[in-house]
Amino acid sequence: MQESDNMNQVTTAASAGVPREAKGLDIRNHADVSAYKTTGNPMVTNPKMSARGVNVFYGEKHAIMDVSLDIGENEVIAMIGPSGCGKSTFLRCLNRMNDIIPICRVQGNIMLDGEDIYHSRQDTVLLRARVGMVFQKPNPFPKSIYENVAYGPRIHGLAHGKVEMDEIVESSLRRASLWDEVKDVLDKPGTGLSGGQQQRLCIARAIAVSPEVILMDEPCSALDPIATARIEELIDELKERFTIAIVTHSMQQAARVSQRTAYFHLGKLIEVGQTKQIFTNPQHELTENYITGRFG
Amino acid sequence: MPDSLNLDQHTSQRYDAELEGVRSRLLEMGGLVEEQCRKALKALVKDNVELAREVAESDYRVNEMEVEISARCTDILALRQPAASDLRVVVSVIRMTADLERIGDEAEKIARHALLLSERRDAASFRGDPKHLGKQAIAQLRGALDAFARMDVRAAIETAAQDPEIDQEFESVTRLLISHMMEHPASVKSLLRVNWCARALERIGDHAVNLCEEVVFQVKGSDVRHLSLSEIRQRYL
Repeated sequence: MQESDNMNQVTTAASAGVPREAKGLDIRNHADVSAYKTTGNPMVTNPKMSARGVNVFYGEKHAIMDVSLDIGENEVIAMIGPSGCGKSTFLRCLNRMNDIIPICRVQGNIMLDGEDIYHSRQDTVLLRARVGMVFQKPNPFPKSIYENVAYGPRIHGLAHGKVEMDEIVESSLRRASLWDEVKDVLDKPGTGLSGGQQQRLCIARAIAVSPEVILMDEPCSALDPIATARIEELIDELKERFTIAIVTHSMQQAARVSQRTAYFHLGKLIEVGQTKQIFTNPQHELTENYITGRFG
Repeated sequence: MPDSLNLDQHTSQRYDAELEGVRSRLLEMGGLVEEQCRKALKALVKDNVELAREVAESDYRVNEMEVEISARCTDILALRQPAASDLRVVVSVIRMTADLERIGDEAEKIARHALLLSERRDAASFRGDPKHLGKQAIAQLRGALDAFARMDVRAAIETAAQDPEIDQEFESVTRLLISHMMEHPASVKSLLRVNWCARALERIGDHAVNLCEEVVFQVKGSDVRHLSLSEIRQRYL
């Protein structure tokens, strides 16, 4: 990972609105990929995180190609696209989750509040406390409900004494809309909860360390529609305090929860825009084909 | 965004068929409404009582089609959750059925006036006055339906551009009828009926303009309903 001063070389994907020119471009043809520019404006005026010219390789495979994208403060941004398009890979770059994959190489700049998160002096444990993550499958620790939430604040030394810890656990569970259901069984194992409750427990665990950004990788794909609706409602409440980036296969979910939507295809960021615009009047043919369920 | 729509090529072929189904049904409804207008105008101009009665009594078919097409669109919204161009087509087709139904009502109105005029001898010399206006309005309706069938934005805008001529023709027919009224005060009642028919024809033209605007919306994704013609032309031609 290179150091962060080369902002000038990253603007190829950053220019706005090139729908017509892009139309004839076959981005499946790798020769065309370098010429491709993102449709729509990937920048915002108040970025919490900024990715510039990000490329990701798994060994020889070029998984993400020159992606530049801002994630605005207190916004929910949805990343959609077919399987293998790189949306989850991109999401995992945002808190250096890809570092744990040995063959994975990340190039480009990713800034959190203007600071390069790939800087050699960046503490990844601290980074992941600031940029929390919720995964596809609820993965509570094999501990009590209380301990699941208290674990993060404890290792980060966020609570002084039992009273403070109790407060953090309660407020996190409340914010995750789980408190009323578990307040009497806090010592029971987290793995004994239903799938939807487990996922909300994982969200409570993520927000217990007061993150600034929450990354969600298909957080509802293992849940039934009611549990999904509760998580979506929760996302809406959480955006008041947090910045949220969500990867989802459900286009209706992207449409319901996000303010901006980014469409990825074969490792490229094809189009980004206001969610309403993307779902009513996408400017790029590939986006149109994907969200209307056409084969391209 | 493409310049025309591909309503096929969904992964679900049944979805293709459902979308194409509402479109072709709307065109059938358009064809029926156009026929109603043609017959109503002929009944008025030629004093054809049979034809007038036929039009007045078959408006229910137009109404039934409106209900059926709207229901099909509601089903697609509920079951397919259409997005982007598919969503625009479905939403827009619902609006278009309402316009076509109103055109059907105007045709029925003309037919009913034609029936009443047949009972009066004084109408014979001026019931043909709106003939040219009627031809213009029907041509505009046909142009709108053709533009929809081909999803042709240029044709839609050019068709909508004919509306001022129709408005002008309506004004001249009205002036003509007023002068008849001054010359034949005893025939004012019949002359008013003819003027109402002219008014109905002018309204058919307005609804045809709405249909043209829907074609632009479906293809281009922008709502142009309250833009001036010159603005629409500037943006899309």
